[in-house]
Amino acid sequence: MHWVFEPGFFSSSPVHVALITGAMVAVVCSIVGVFTVLRGQSFAGHSLADVATAGGSGSFLVGLNPLFGFIAGGVAGAGGMELIGVRRARGRDVATGIVLGASIGLAALFLYLDTTRSSTTGVSQQILFGSIFSTTTSTTLIVLIFGVSSLGIMAFVHRPLLLSSVSADIAAARGIPVRVVGLLYMLALAFAAGSSFLAIGAVLATALLIGPAAIALRLTKRIGIAMAMSCLIGVVAVILGVLLAYDSYYWSSSHASWPVSFFIVVIIFFSYLVTELPFIRAVTGRRTQDAENRAG
Amino acid sequence: MSLSGRLILDKVSFGLRAGEFTGLIGSNGAGKTTLLRVILGLQRPSSGRVLVLGAPRGRRNKSIGYVPQKIVLDPDMPLRARDVVALGIDGDRFGIPMPSKKRRQAVEEMLVAVDADSFADARVGTLSGGEQQRVLIAHALIGRPQLLLLDEPLANLDLKSGQEVVSLLARIADEQQIAVLLSAHEMNPLLPVMDRIIYLAGGRAASGTTDEVVRDEVLSALYGYEVHVHTLHGRILVVAGPMEEPALPSDTTRTAV
Repeated sequence: MHWVFEPGFFSSSPVHVALITGAMVAVVCSIVGVFTVLRGQSFAGHSLADVATAGGSGSFLVGLNPLFGFIAGGVAGAGGMELIGVRRARGRDVATGIVLGASIGLAALFLYLDTTRSSTTGVSQQILFGSIFSTTTSTTLIVLIFGVSSLGIMAFVHRPLLLSSVSADIAAARGIPVRVVGLLYMLALAFAAGSSFLAIGAVLATALLIGPAAIALRLTKRIGIAMAMSCLIGVVAVILGVLLAYDSYYWSSSHASWPVSFFIVVIIFFSYLVTELPFIRAVTGRRTQDAENRAG
Repeated sequence: MSLSGRLILDKVSFGLRAGEFTGLIGSNGAGKTTLLRVILGLQRPSSGRVLVLGAPRGRRNKSIGYVPQKIVLDPDMPLRARDVVALGIDGDRFGIPMPSKKRRQAVEEMLVAVDADSFADARVGTLSGGEQQRVLIAHALIGRPQLLLLDEPLANLDLKSGQEVVSLLARIADEQQIAVLLSAHEMNPLLPVMDRIIYLAGGRAASGTTDEVVRDEVLSALYGYEVHVHTLHGRILVVAGPMEEPALPSDTTRTAV
């Protein structure tokens, strides 16, 4: 087994923390992500990352755990987007673009100040591309709390949320407070995304949020099964990513570990490609079945 | 009822009865959707009131089933037709549902009742307009409403699917003693089944049986100008302008409603 698990993989405590934190993050992201993909809000997830980058780099500047900044930024971004989105679908593109541009600008300033103050360049790397190997156990606890809150919200709102996604008018006619449900969901999304930023960084967070869910939704048409599959894919991608990143220290000539986020994103990307194969499409009854319906 | 300060509907009054099929007829912009939204409680009337089963309409009203004009779903969306129908039972509840055999059976029966059992396991987004319409009708009916509102269900359907939906609704109204209110811009497909008609034009409404409402003097009063009702092979054509005059494109508008 030496060639798979390089020496010290099982005894290294940063690896343990990374695996546990990563798996928790993957479970939360995978479940919330199913609804993100279902509601067609992948872009909202990505936008959260931009706003949260500013939050994360800002909180580092004032000496707080970046996770709090990520989540605060995510919540602020989610609230803002929901408000813009509900009011005017037309103006949403422009408004989102301008808000995101501003947050990236802010993040650029904060990151610059972070690096000059602490005189390390590692901060930018940590914020933008994750820091799962330097996670402390106290951070793991925070991730757990936000993860459980996120899943709790989803368990509470998932039926009204689903009905609102089918038709907001039907939902409203049945007395569902559609806007409140939408906001609660965005809160769950912000919590999930915040943990994801920590694991694989603000830039790549969306991959863990959207990727496993999108793959699962291509393979099954049942939501419950999709959530289970999404979790499995997410957790496997994170564990493999951590393992490969750990091993890469031994492969690379310079003895420098490649980033975990790189491996996670690559695994998700290739899994997604596989589901696009015509053979897989046929088996899972997408488009092809559609064509049959039309013909019959 | 006014929207953004513009008066859309004024002094509209009508009653709906159990087991009756009522057509809400009017051209685009006549206020059909607005009227339905007022009944649903999605919009407040500027004055007046809506009574459902003798009581003012509450926020949460299970006695009304609603089928909106159109839903747009991604073909890849992982929702089967039966999932959408099941949401009709408990889609408005919070928390985690208990899987129940009774629930599954109710969904199955409802799918059969609207002839949707053959595509019950297909993703809703891949279904045709007529199939989606039937799934949404099943979704609305499974909550056992006493009033079923449908907003232009025939708008996106070909003639044959339209006929099927209309006869399905007429059967349901009769069998389950539900008051069905269906909006359409064309009354002819509804003539065989329609018990009563509500005709919207010029911001006003006339209601009654087809014979009472679709008459020269009633419709002319609604439109505020002279219109004539022609009957041809059992189909009704409403035409504006004096009857004898030949059609002059410059000053005569022909409106087929």
